[in-house]
Amino acid sequence: MPDVQTLVNDFVLKLKRRKIEGSQASAKQTAELLRSVVSQQRLPYINQATVLLDAVRAVGEQLIAANPVELAVGNIVRRILHIIREEDLTSTASAMEGLSLSANSDDDDNYEREDHQALSAAAVAAAARSTLRAPSLQTLLEGIPESASAPHPSSSGGDSEGKSKSAERSSRSKKLKHDVIEAINELIQDIETCHEQISEQAVGLIHQNEVILTLGRSRTVKEFLCAANEKKRSFRVFIAEGAPRYLGHVLAKELVAKGLQTTVITDSAVFAMISRVNMVIVGAHAIMANGGVIAPVGINMVALAAQRHAVPFVVVAGSHKLCPLYPHNPEVLLNDFKSPSDLLDFGEFSDCMDFSTSGGSPRLHVVNPAFDFIPSKLVSLFITDTGGHSPSYIYRLIADYYSADDFVVRRRSTTS
Amino acid sequence: MDSRRLPRAVIDPKVRQVGFFTSCDPPPARSLSVPADTGASAIVPTDMSSSPPLTDIYITNNSFSSVRIPPPRQVSAEGLHSLGRAAGSTTSVFAHDVLSPHCWEGIQMPIGSYNSSEFMQGKSSMLSPSSSRFDDIDFSEEEATSACLIRTGSGKEAAAFPRSSGEVMMAIKSGANAPAKSALKTASVVKALPEVTGIQAAVPFHFSFEEKDGGTSIEKQNEGIGAARSKQKTTKAERRAIQEVQRAAKAAAKDAGKGAKSTFASSGGALAVAKQAKSAILPSQTKYGSSVASERRVDRNPDKDGKKDVSQSSMQFDDKSRVEKAKRRAAVGHFEARNSVELFRHLPQYEHGPQLQYLESKFFHLDHIHPSVYKVGLQYLTGSTSGGNARCKEMLLAFQEAVMDYSTPPEKTPARDLTSKISSYVSFLIACRPLSISMGNAIRFLKNRIAKLDHNISESEAKSNLLSDIDRFINEKIIVADKVIVHHAVTKIRDGDVLLIYGHSTVVEMILLQAHELGKQFRIVVVDSRPKLEGKALLRKLVMKGLSCTYTHLNAISYIMHEVTRVFLGASSILSNGTIYSRVGTACVAMVSHTFRVPVLICCEAYKFNERVLLDSICSNELGDPDVISKVHGRDGLNDLENCYDATPSDYVSMIVTEHGMIPPTSVPVIFREYGRDQLFF
Repeated sequence: MPDVQTLVNDFVLKLKRRKIEGSQASAKQTAELLRSVVSQQRLPYINQATVLLDAVRAVGEQLIAANPVELAVGNIVRRILHIIREEDLTSTASAMEGLSLSANSDDDDNYEREDHQALSAAAVAAAARSTLRAPSLQTLLEGIPESASAPHPSSSGGDSEGKSKSAERSSRSKKLKHDVIEAINELIQDIETCHEQISEQAVGLIHQNEVILTLGRSRTVKEFLCAANEKKRSFRVFIAEGAPRYLGHVLAKELVAKGLQTTVITDSAVFAMISRVNMVIVGAHAIMANGGVIAPVGINMVALAAQRHAVPFVVVAGSHKLCPLYPHNPEVLLNDFKSPSDLLDFGEFSDCMDFSTSGGSPRLHVVNPAFDFIPSKLVSLFITDTGGHSPSYIYRLIADYYSADDFVVRRRSTTS
Repeated sequence: MDSRRLPRAVIDPKVRQVGFFTSCDPPPARSLSVPADTGASAIVPTDMSSSPPLTDIYITNNSFSSVRIPPPRQVSAEGLHSLGRAAGSTTSVFAHDVLSPHCWEGIQMPIGSYNSSEFMQGKSSMLSPSSSRFDDIDFSEEEATSACLIRTGSGKEAAAFPRSSGEVMMAIKSGANAPAKSALKTASVVKALPEVTGIQAAVPFHFSFEEKDGGTSIEKQNEGIGAARSKQKTTKAERRAIQEVQRAAKAAAKDAGKGAKSTFASSGGALAVAKQAKSAILPSQTKYGSSVASERRVDRNPDKDGKKDVSQSSMQFDDKSRVEKAKRRAAVGHFEARNSVELFRHLPQYEHGPQLQYLESKFFHLDHIHPSVYKVGLQYLTGSTSGGNARCKEMLLAFQEAVMDYSTPPEKTPARDLTSKISSYVSFLIACRPLSISMGNAIRFLKNRIAKLDHNISESEAKSNLLSDIDRFINEKIIVADKVIVHHAVTKIRDGDVLLIYGHSTVVEMILLQAHELGKQFRIVVVDSRPKLEGKALLRKLVMKGLSCTYTHLNAISYIMHEVTRVFLGASSILSNGTIYSRVGTACVAMVSHTFRVPVLICCEAYKFNERVLLDSICSNELGDPDVISKVHGRDGLNDLENCYDATPSDYVSMIVTEHGMIPPTSVPVIFREYGRDQLFF
């Protein structure tokens, strides 16, 4: 345990100090950390899933609190919680099977449960699941009472377990842990390979002689463009440099190395150039449940310009960036402020600052936000590793990855 | 005298223009050629002998000219061009539309291609060389013109024109060969006149000069005109024959022309007489009255200048042949841009580094460039003077100094020579950095002033007039205008406002300082962007004055816009469709402001208005140094693009503040209508 605790503390510290850059890295490291949390967690014979969930939630709360703006961390925590629930459910199902319940109904049940979860997620419903169960055709036909048909996964997992025979318990507990870790490994795998899956779709979206504009540097965008280039598509890329960090230059260099026709423009020239651009492709920091996007600063400007000129605005992002939260005032609440030294050197204006006259309050503020929020109406398309989606579909997509119970990780864990 | 002089000036240019074309080489400095010629007598043989030296001079000059800026050329070109235009216009106005427009086109086309070398001067520049030897080589030039016409003309024009030109040629030839026949020659020329109105005006005059030399009377000429009138048309066969003769006679005619020219030049006293002859002619044909012509010319001038401005901006640098020619013509060498972006091939590529070195090394060779102009040019090049108002002011002050030091060379009219000088300066400045639209307007103003100079007044008087005109322009159009704008705009700042500004506009800065002095409580958001980071300088000034500021970069604008209540922006130019042509990034700011429902106020002096229209930022722009952008080393095959301006669509703009008041962007053309270009610019 102390082992895990130190790991967690290390990671929290890194997050707090913003040592981990990029949502992919944070997502991956979060998943790895939680994997070790799960593997080191000792499970009792009963209520295994609950214990596991609590453990993950406790760690997850710390991680999220460490850098609330890095939404990928929270996303991964939620997904692992979801994984645990899922695995628990399957194991419960198999237990049920062992108890010689109808396999059919169980399977269906499982299926239904997901369905139902999805719906509740869509509604962001906090209401109890048992009462909200969606009627399925089969349950209706077979007349099985809904409340009896399936154990409630999160709360009833323990119950069903309690009912099961003690001989099966140990094997099942091991199996649950094992399954969860397997699933987490898969998740890590997914995070690592999301670029390939996204870039596979590149050829279908980029035509010959296309002019593409992007801003700043995103690995996903780079892979996307390179994949299209490898498929012998020839197109031109304009890269806005992306103040204040000017990573667009790095991206440009990488693309040139791959043989793409690349032109770097200043951010201010975006509006001038957008009229000659066929498509805007940008990466994202996070995709919110309403289809809005949190992206590196400056992209909202690009999106507005693209809208003005009716240029398709495409966001490429791995599914680990899907965030089940609905944004409220994201420009402020989900933003990060970087050091003013990006803009002004330290002491650059000290010679003309006179604190004696201005009553001690500095007359010069420097604002250096890290993120922009792009409302969903400006986005034409999301390309994730599961395919292309329109912004209005994102809420539904989220239901596939997260269970509605986990949307608010913090409050749950604090109350419990 | 003056009245006579004017018309001649008007008419002559056309002829010269053509002549220049034929000769194709930059003309020698006139002063050079003149001495050689003057030595020669009116007799043909002597002329012949004199001509070889001329050509020599040519060559030497040529070698010079490749190095130096073609000021004489351009300058004179300017003047000539305008003159030519005027003449052309008169032609078309008076009659024979069929011929004149076409033939002019025919002439212009070759010229145009040639001209392309000079951005600003465009067509005129090509003309200028000829202008320098204007007086001397009239005949040869004419011949050239006609030759040109014949050659270049499309079927119709060729058919139409040769007749007249042929006659002219013949006349010239005959005249040159045998002064005694001058009367006859004149007659033939005159005959040609009605049909070739454009040339006509010029031709008679020249011939009249010759006649003087020849000793024939003016009356004869007049008679000749009458005869010509009665007999308007020649038959086709006749024309053919004439053409043939003309072709055969070309070489001879040229020589003869030179001879004639030399004659003309040598007989200084004859000038006045010739003028008289001219005047005598003119009254007889009231239609082509000199006064009308002169008026025309004056009226035309601004238009022509305007066209030139356009031609500068519309010089398409993706046309290889034109660029080549332009390069050959250019005073200052051009350098290949290392990397260029496909979309912007049509714009002059940025070439700062080599250009600066080149100009510095050429310091002692560009002696025809006034030092103050040279200084300003280098300031543009290095960027130490930037901003529309500052550049315009500096340029005008430099021109002021140049005018102060100017003395009219003998046998030249200050109006023409000074215009050509200014044009050469302008071409130098263009070589340093493309002109802004406001500068174009200021130059137009200055040239207009010079063109309107009274010929009666003494040179010093004319100069002092010009100086005070320039002063007045700077004062009225920039300084006072700024004050009025500040006065207007300050009323739009209320307590508690948060004002967003972008870039470094002097007038916006003045507004903020004024509002601060008035004790208004407001906050400023300074938005900045690479590559120039002009906001920093402004921020420094504002902070020094004790204003409370927030500094951020352009990308963060959609974050900061939440708290902003007004956006104040400057403009490089405002175009007549309401488009704001301004520092790159302005469009982004205006767009985001518009999205956030924040009013956008554009502060701009009316002298920066332009009647052009623009839809995007690509057709017309200025390319900056791509190296300034690049932050990564070792970029092979990577293009960087820095365009200096962008065009803000008018629907993003809430209001334009000018010294004429606060207007919506849709009313920009109204400003043109109501105040007229005269009031706006002159």
